[in-house]
Amino acid sequence: MAAPMLRWGCRGRRWAFARVDGGSCHRRGAPTGSTSNQIRGESSVAQQPLHTAQKTRKGEHKWAAVVGLEIHAQISSNSKLFSGSQVRFSAPPNSLVSFFDASLPGTLPVLNRRCVEAAVMTGLALNCHINKKSLFDRKHYFYADLPAGYQITQQRLPIAVNGSLIYGVCAGKKQSQVIPKTVRIKQIQLEQDSGKSLHDNLRSQTLIDLNRAGVGLLEVVLEPDMSCGEEAATAVRELQLILQALGTSQANMAEGQLRVDANISVHHPGEPLGVRTEVKNLNSIRFLAKAIDYEIQRQINELENGGEILNETRSFHHKLGCTMSMRDKEGKQDYRFMPEPNLPPLVLYDATSLPAGADPQQVINIDQIRETLPELPSVTREKLVQQYGMLLEHSFTLLVFEELWKREGKTPGQIVSEKQLELMQDQGALEQLCHSVMEAHPQVVMDVKNRNPRAINKLIGLVRKATQSRADPVMIKEILEKKLSL
Amino acid sequence: MLGRSLREPDFETKSWLRRRMSCPPPVLKLISASPFIHYTKCRGQSLGDLDGIPIAVKDNFSTSGIETTCASNMLKGYIPPYNATVVQKLLDQGALLMGKTNLDEFAMGSGSTDGVFGPVKNPWSYSKQYREKRKQNPHSENEDSDWLITGGSSGGSAAAVSAFTCYAALGSDTGGSTRNPAAHCGLVGFKPSYGLVSRHGLIPLVNSMDVPGILTRCVDDAAIVLGALAGPDPRDSTTVHEPINKPFMLPSLADVSKLCIGIPKEYLVPELSSEVQSLWSKAADLFESEGAKVIEVSLPHTSYSIVCYHVLCTSEVASNMARFDGLQYGHRCDIDVSTEAMYAATRREGFNDVVRGRILSGNFFLLKENYENYFVKAQKVRRLIANDFVNAFNSGVDVLLTPTTLSEAVPYLEFIKEDNRTRSAQDDIFTQAVNMAGLPAVSIPVALSNQGLPIGLQFIGRAFCDQQLLTVAKWFEKQVQFPVIQLQELMDDCSAVLENEKLASVSLKQ
Repeated sequence: MAAPMLRWGCRGRRWAFARVDGGSCHRRGAPTGSTSNQIRGESSVAQQPLHTAQKTRKGEHKWAAVVGLEIHAQISSNSKLFSGSQVRFSAPPNSLVSFFDASLPGTLPVLNRRCVEAAVMTGLALNCHINKKSLFDRKHYFYADLPAGYQITQQRLPIAVNGSLIYGVCAGKKQSQVIPKTVRIKQIQLEQDSGKSLHDNLRSQTLIDLNRAGVGLLEVVLEPDMSCGEEAATAVRELQLILQALGTSQANMAEGQLRVDANISVHHPGEPLGVRTEVKNLNSIRFLAKAIDYEIQRQINELENGGEILNETRSFHHKLGCTMSMRDKEGKQDYRFMPEPNLPPLVLYDATSLPAGADPQQVINIDQIRETLPELPSVTREKLVQQYGMLLEHSFTLLVFEELWKREGKTPGQIVSEKQLELMQDQGALEQLCHSVMEAHPQVVMDVKNRNPRAINKLIGLVRKATQSRADPVMIKEILEKKLSL
Repeated sequence: MLGRSLREPDFETKSWLRRRMSCPPPVLKLISASPFIHYTKCRGQSLGDLDGIPIAVKDNFSTSGIETTCASNMLKGYIPPYNATVVQKLLDQGALLMGKTNLDEFAMGSGSTDGVFGPVKNPWSYSKQYREKRKQNPHSENEDSDWLITGGSSGGSAAAVSAFTCYAALGSDTGGSTRNPAAHCGLVGFKPSYGLVSRHGLIPLVNSMDVPGILTRCVDDAAIVLGALAGPDPRDSTTVHEPINKPFMLPSLADVSKLCIGIPKEYLVPELSSEVQSLWSKAADLFESEGAKVIEVSLPHTSYSIVCYHVLCTSEVASNMARFDGLQYGHRCDIDVSTEAMYAATRREGFNDVVRGRILSGNFFLLKENYENYFVKAQKVRRLIANDFVNAFNSGVDVLLTPTTLSEAVPYLEFIKEDNRTRSAQDDIFTQAVNMAGLPAVSIPVALSNQGLPIGLQFIGRAFCDQQLLTVAKWFEKQVQFPVIQLQELMDDCSAVLENEKLASVSLKQ
């Protein structure tokens, strides 16, 4: 939260956060990268992810936030989930619409094999149990971009359940530690995307483009195991990398191939979970983190002031940096779920259950898909660290740019040496550097000797800079301390 | 003309066709007389089994470039860009599409009385057989006001075949909508096994129960049409992949001594007319006297069938009708204040009371708080009903024999005294359990009632044993020798063309 936001609505009081889990959340609300002065210098004792309100007359209140995510990823396929029309970004409006997509009466859905394979691959990559039998349902609501008046989804029995996603949160004093965290995956389901509405306020009309209507989506539901914006953002980034490595989705948020809704609630530790709100319209990882942190704070403020949280849907307005209620009428939607009668249950096989003489065009073998899964990002990072001696946090960065390098045909090893990313392990060279830094900054050295505790950090920083961040700060500190005879 | 491929139609055929087209239709409503009766210009090669054969199609099947309305304001002016699979298959075999036939709006009804084009009149109202009987009984001055319904919802298709405007017509069957009008119009009305014939292009009423139905004047014709239609369709995921043996020729059953006929005792209901009951009994006796084994069976969940059907049918209707919002096609109201106001007005204007009533009921059953108690419960009962049939067939029965309707066709003025829902519940009693179980069934015209009107009986077969079912039906048809309808006009106009009264027995077969 930027400082102005903290003061909003709190009658002059200042709310502050304690550091979370060794500091994983201490940069919350500071996407610009600068840590505010009031945060620095606080102790980082909390073991639980906690958001603490400053002491009030009522006594100290501790809050815990829980964040769950519903992520929709557009499946990378040639044609749509239930019809043969093409999937393409930025085509002329209504140029990729089949009779079925336009919901012409009498048309029927036909399941796209590639989309099923994409769902199985993603499920396997996320350690899910793949349901050998899954079902399709209709979810009804009226909206102009939903031609049939219902969406075909998998509500009763989705294709994959009970998985996990491991993501690494940067922590430690200099963000140099990577703490692995796990978020459980409740389920992955196949469903149709809707069309697009474009509001033309000038002419008081809405224009509908059905190019996107019927495109296959993977809905990945993450359990509320996350506690703040940064965790959620990191988890989403990791999922993006996985989907891109699998090739099942390009997962580009800017192009709308990945959309995230967040479910957020706060409660006192030990007490039951609070009422949750759903935050939609999160178009980038940055906004995702911002919106979640804002909403957590908003809910805390509301409850601290004796208000209550409504179970509602809110939209994030990035220019204002806040969430606003989206509801224009009372009452929750009843989607009147019903089994999709035109699609028989989806049956998948594995090596043991595959019927003899089955037409390979007509069946999907989970084991076969598992064997052909490409290398996942976590495995690639592990390799980079082990084989090339790279720092773990660099391996994260590297992978993000992997797409760029892929085209040039370079191997990770080449990239590492080109970019000089190897860990500087030469003790002698490091000592040399420390010596030269000390020589160049006598005043700082004096401060250290005068027991100024912050001075050594400055020296470490300077040495690190000289090594182009390739040296382990712990090692630098050891060398410096030895040299300074501390 | 009969069964031969048309090269250049001779003078008699052309004039016959012209007369049929230009004749004001007192007996049926051909919605759109096909403007392009194209004659097959073949060089001695027939296009297929149905080359040159006139057929009619119920107006809930998509026909490319031809208005398809479902007899509803909602689709008035809607011209589909594609053919239903079954329509395409008929055209590929060389059939001539005479036009689209009238129905109850969106196939909801058992009288073909509730469509926007008005009710369908049963050709038997004008038959010699009926009129002569009526002369014997006192009746009202205005003869025409006592015309009879065709039954429904495929009444237009039934009337079209019954009045000789075509050889075969497509209907649809969700709860009896092909078999019911067949019985009332003295026709063979065949409902195939669910999954045998593609539903792609059939505008759905209840996706899990709908099938395309076939109406013909004899069983052999129905078999030929079925042969053209049956088979898997990649566009319909509910069709089965088993290949169908073609051609679909029916053997002539020499004797029925190896056959076991089942009579479900629960179908003997108090509302059944004595005439129908008597014919049912005689039919059973006939089988027995010819050596077949005839046994009583029980379908214990029969009494729950109507209610179960109502819940599932309305639920699917509520869902299927959600697409009619005036945005992409069909009727759209003039209101443009907001999208929701537009939806509401469009749907109020587009749908009749029957459709709106079913949508409201269906949405009620699908509400979260009701779903378990109504929809899921009904699905469970449906399973029990389907199992009843499985058990009956497992006990050695080959084919079940039941009435098709409670009585012969009633006059329109009497029919409309009760509302659509009441009538449907009454009239579907013998037919809708079959749709819930997905079985094949066929109504065969047996004899004329005391009033000179047709009465039919129904045969129900095992799933995907359609050929066996039709074989038994063909044997029975031969035994009963149902009379040909004697339509005064037709006889006067076409006596030159027709040779004798045995028209019905002359089939499409060579």
